[in-house]
Amino acid sequence: MPWLAVVIVLSICIGVILIRLFIGPTSPDRLVGLDTLNTLVISSMVVLGIAFKSAIYIDVAIVYALLSFVTTLFIAKYIEKGNF
Amino acid sequence: MFWDIVTWIFIVVGLFFNILAAVGLHRFPDVYTRLHAGTKCTTFGSIFLIGAVVIQSIVAWTGEGAASIQSTLTIHALIALLAILLTNPTSAHAIGRAAHRSGVKPAQAVVDDLEEAQKDESA
Repeated sequence: MPWLAVVIVLSICIGVILIRLFIGPTSPDRLVGLDTLNTLVISSMVVLGIAFKSAIYIDVAIVYALLSFVTTLFIAKYIEKGNF
Repeated sequence: MFWDIVTWIFIVVGLFFNILAAVGLHRFPDVYTRLHAGTKCTTFGSIFLIGAVVIQSIVAWTGEGAASIQSTLTIHALIALLAILLTNPTSAHAIGRAAHRSGVKPAQAVVDDLEEAQKDESA
């Protein structure tokens, strides 16, 4: 199975999303880009886990998923009210 | 052999939807439609990519016996999928709510029902 090719295609997608993260006109646009990027990083970590046959990549992906969720919620709260 | 074909189909579908999300983030006009592309497409694509990983590791697991590393790989990949499925729609909802409350208007929108409802409530 071509797992490393899958990771390369996902990395190209991440690069395209980074452009939106930098040029996004408003701050919710940048936050949408960050959220999309986090999901792609999680799925490429899971694919890397089976590519190198080690479960530590997938453990890192689980922790990354939960922490990026908390990060997105806090930034959304900040955008909503202007302060914490 | 059959499961290899299923895995190929899952990989192609998952990559297609993830590429679609990256393209949609650039083609859509405002934050709400970008949210539509950026969160739904990646959730659907990640379901299929992690499904491909789970299928391949279960096939290797049945070949190697119960004590192989593939058992850990399978179960942890399913937990990662569960985390994505729980957190992604929630954060999308939080972003949409924050964008509307911070005053970002939908592009080319004629009717904004939420704004009218909030006006009626406060009046």
